[in-house]
Amino acid sequence: MNYWLVIGVSFFYLALLFGLASWAERRSAAGRSFVGNPYIYALSMAVYCTAWTYYGSVGRAATTGLGYLAIYIGPTLMAPLWWVVLRKIIRICKVQRITTIADFISSRYGKNITLGSIVTFICVLGIIPYISIQLKAIASSLDILTGANEVGRSPLFGDTSFFITLGLGLFTIVYGTRHVEATERHEGMVTAIAFESLFKLVIFIVAGVFVTYGVFNGFGDIMQQATQLPDFERLMTFDNDSGFSQWFWMVVLSMLAVLFLPRQFQVAVVENVNEQHLNKAMWLFPLYLFAINIFVLPIAFGGDLLFNGANVDADMFVLAIPLSEGKSILALMVYLGGFSAATSMVIVATIALSVMVSNNLVMPLLVGIPAIKNNYQNQLTKILLFSRRFGILVVLLLAYLYYKGVAEYYSLVEVGLVSFAAVAQFAPAIIGGIFWKEGTKNGALAGIVVGAVVWFYTLVVPSMVGVGMLPGSILENGPLGIAWLKPFELFGLQGMDYISHAMFWSMFLNVGLYIGVSLLSKQTSQERNQAEVFVDIFKYSTVFESSIVWKGTAYIPDIKSLLVNFLGEKKAEVAMKAYKRKYPEPEDESGKADPKLVTYAEKVLSGVIGSSSARIMVSSVVKEEEISIDEVLNILKESQQLISINNELRRKSMELRRATEQLRSANERLKQIDELKDEFLSTVTHELRTPLTSIRALSEILYDNPEMEREDQEHFLQTIVKESERLTRLITHVLDLERFESGKQKLNLAPVQIEEVVRESVQTLEQLVQEKNIDLVVDVQHNLPSINGDRDRLIQVLVNLISNAIKFCNPEQGRIIVSGYYIDGDIKVNVVDNGKGIDPEFHKQIFDKFYQAQNQNIRKPEGSGLGLPISKKIIESHQGHIWVESELGKGAKFSFVLPVKVNVPANV
Amino acid sequence: MSTKEKLKVLVVDDEPSILMPLEFLMRKNGYQVYIARNGTEAMESVDKERPDVVLLDIMMPDVDGYEVCRHIRGQENMNGAKVIFMSAKTKDADIKKGYDVGADLYIPKPFSTRFLMEKIKELTQS
Repeated sequence: MNYWLVIGVSFFYLALLFGLASWAERRSAAGRSFVGNPYIYALSMAVYCTAWTYYGSVGRAATTGLGYLAIYIGPTLMAPLWWVVLRKIIRICKVQRITTIADFISSRYGKNITLGSIVTFICVLGIIPYISIQLKAIASSLDILTGANEVGRSPLFGDTSFFITLGLGLFTIVYGTRHVEATERHEGMVTAIAFESLFKLVIFIVAGVFVTYGVFNGFGDIMQQATQLPDFERLMTFDNDSGFSQWFWMVVLSMLAVLFLPRQFQVAVVENVNEQHLNKAMWLFPLYLFAINIFVLPIAFGGDLLFNGANVDADMFVLAIPLSEGKSILALMVYLGGFSAATSMVIVATIALSVMVSNNLVMPLLVGIPAIKNNYQNQLTKILLFSRRFGILVVLLLAYLYYKGVAEYYSLVEVGLVSFAAVAQFAPAIIGGIFWKEGTKNGALAGIVVGAVVWFYTLVVPSMVGVGMLPGSILENGPLGIAWLKPFELFGLQGMDYISHAMFWSMFLNVGLYIGVSLLSKQTSQERNQAEVFVDIFKYSTVFESSIVWKGTAYIPDIKSLLVNFLGEKKAEVAMKAYKRKYPEPEDESGKADPKLVTYAEKVLSGVIGSSSARIMVSSVVKEEEISIDEVLNILKESQQLISINNELRRKSMELRRATEQLRSANERLKQIDELKDEFLSTVTHELRTPLTSIRALSEILYDNPEMEREDQEHFLQTIVKESERLTRLITHVLDLERFESGKQKLNLAPVQIEEVVRESVQTLEQLVQEKNIDLVVDVQHNLPSINGDRDRLIQVLVNLISNAIKFCNPEQGRIIVSGYYIDGDIKVNVVDNGKGIDPEFHKQIFDKFYQAQNQNIRKPEGSGLGLPISKKIIESHQGHIWVESELGKGAKFSFVLPVKVNVPANV
Repeated sequence: MSTKEKLKVLVVDDEPSILMPLEFLMRKNGYQVYIARNGTEAMESVDKERPDVVLLDIMMPDVDGYEVCRHIRGQENMNGAKVIFMSAKTKDADIKKGYDVGADLYIPKPFSTRFLMEKIKELTQS
């Protein structure tokens, strides 16, 4: 393929990324950020899968078999623990504004400069090989694709990979160092990385599908043919002696690497916007690892089969296969996928490293020299930015040189594992640091330094021997012929592969020294303070400023000008405002700064120049007093008590609020009940007024007219009696209703025959029926099952219904039908009349005791009647149901159903 | 009082037990009595008989007493008619509404027949 075309496409791709990143930043500025999305977060974590995965896994699988899987199993096993470990680290970093792993360690152990610098140094040393293999992958893939021979070219200006390195450097500078404050997130970068993760995954799967189904006939076919390969057995089994230990150490290594590699720390911790995103990442990330590994074996075996014996680098199978099949477009896409895997790693790793270098190496140096600190304060921000940009270029150039000098001679995975082992050296100090308060600076220092030395001796030195920088005798006989110092057989330990061997000794000594020295050495008060805050971060995170113990004298203007120097006027202003929002107490009149302000300022500065430099800067403008460890612990204890008192208070006030709410709603309910009662009362008194009016008028007339005719007198007296009866009935009804409502009404339950109830009710009303000449038909099914009910109450219901029917049926030709039958486990009773019917509008209301409310001027059709409300109560207390069906002019049908198996408590 | 000058009284109520004593009372006092058992009947009677006094219940099955009163006040030749509400509705708002629609008097139930007669006489003499 045309060389310049490929180069052009590569730079076009970079431009595309650039565009995507700036689009994402514009969107974020407009408040529609992409990174608020947990999927973007999880995808950005897949920066873990670099060219190593993309090209190296296939190479590893083709040459050494299943071992390649170990570094994906580790992170998968680790992922569920993220909620415990990673979330804690994220919280600590957010609260303390920590932006790099070096800063994290230095901060935990008393903001110690030495520790921060050493960690930075190890990181740079450890990660440069890793970056170099990305460069190598880009160069090799370019070679394969274009048929050129890049590898043999003279370094620097005769070499395309040199220009690609520079291009990447520029891209990283533009996107990684736009803002000086490192805690500010690189949203554009994260979006671009997430896109790259998606891109490389899709392309790799497409390539896998092509090899598996396009070149071969599916998985089965490849595996079938692969069994013919001479070393198939070896590849598919873990047969060698060190097989187990190799797997074990690889898994451990990758578990630690996925947390502590600077680029992983960058995307997972620094760029995290929401701890809850971890929830999704915990399953999405392993899923991603699984997806990108599905086609590794088919491609590896496919390559072995296709290029059997030919001189093709196994690392490049994924590219070489489409190319040999003549699919140049696919090959170009595969190249781009690999390019994206490599660039994403390079960009994130160099940004992380450059921040580390500037904050932990350059800054302490600058602020440590009084002349610079005093004379160039105003330019510090510029110096900082410049050092970061310069750092990016230096790191990349070192990686380029490493690639040319060493990495060219090793496989991608071999070099990558060296980097893994380097960052694993931070694990004891970090994990210990967040769970064990007793870990000390000296312990961490001893563990990391010795671990790193062993790492260098057992992994880096042999690789230098390999490329001829050191004499081979070191490996064979040990340095100066001392056999127990042989790098692969340290202290005579044999029988392990070189990675397991290196990990065993470095971790053994690292952990041992960390714990041992920690137990023997003493913490300073500041160390102790940080240890407490780190380990109990979830207790302190909301009250961070008051949990850092500080004593001394500081003046607000000094603190402010310090902030202005490093943040600029505008951002310093914003930071001060944020402080005032959090702690609105008025400023001291004398201009003295509150210790909380000092801590806050130091925290803000940490975000810019790292915690140890921030410590130096702050202590240079304030007068500090010594504090003893006891003092620190006492104050912390107090603040913890304060926190728990606060929590208690918050809980109490919540309870109070809930109780108030309950009271309020109870009150509301009472008010409602009260209103209903009022309404009921006025309904009842209203009902009382009519008969009383009549009785009074009649009595007065009788009294005033003694000479009245006997006939009239009798008529009047009869009416008085009838109206009195009406009053009595009303009172009985009211009392009945009250008893049902208060639950005082008891049912006398016994087996009851509905037929009998109907017969008795009809008998009671027989005379009335005859008087009015009404045609009453009774049609009740014989042998109905008996129900468990209160006989008298049921009669009351029926009498009420039938007498209503008598009252309202057609006055000329009254006709009433009472029927009863069994249906669906219930007994149903209907009372049908041929009166003028009831407007459906009132069907519900007539069963309501408050129906005849005062503000209604139209009398309800029934006349007085609490009869229906009472009937309803009775039927419902039998677990039945009563209703009316009617239309105006078409009569009315009142029905109720009673379940045959009534299950009422005996005295309800 | 001659038959010609006999005062025409319309008694409107849906309760027979109230109509009965009132009818007796009016007749006893020498008035010409008309009876209506609901609002519709009352309005018909108003149009036809043009009573001098209307004793008017409010809550009735079809048209309520307020409506009947409005009907009366809407008639040109009924200006002089006296309307007396007698109602079980005793809230201030109900009473106010009674006067608003043009009643001359609002008597809450139960009432004294002696008081009622006094008032009728007062109203018709003035």
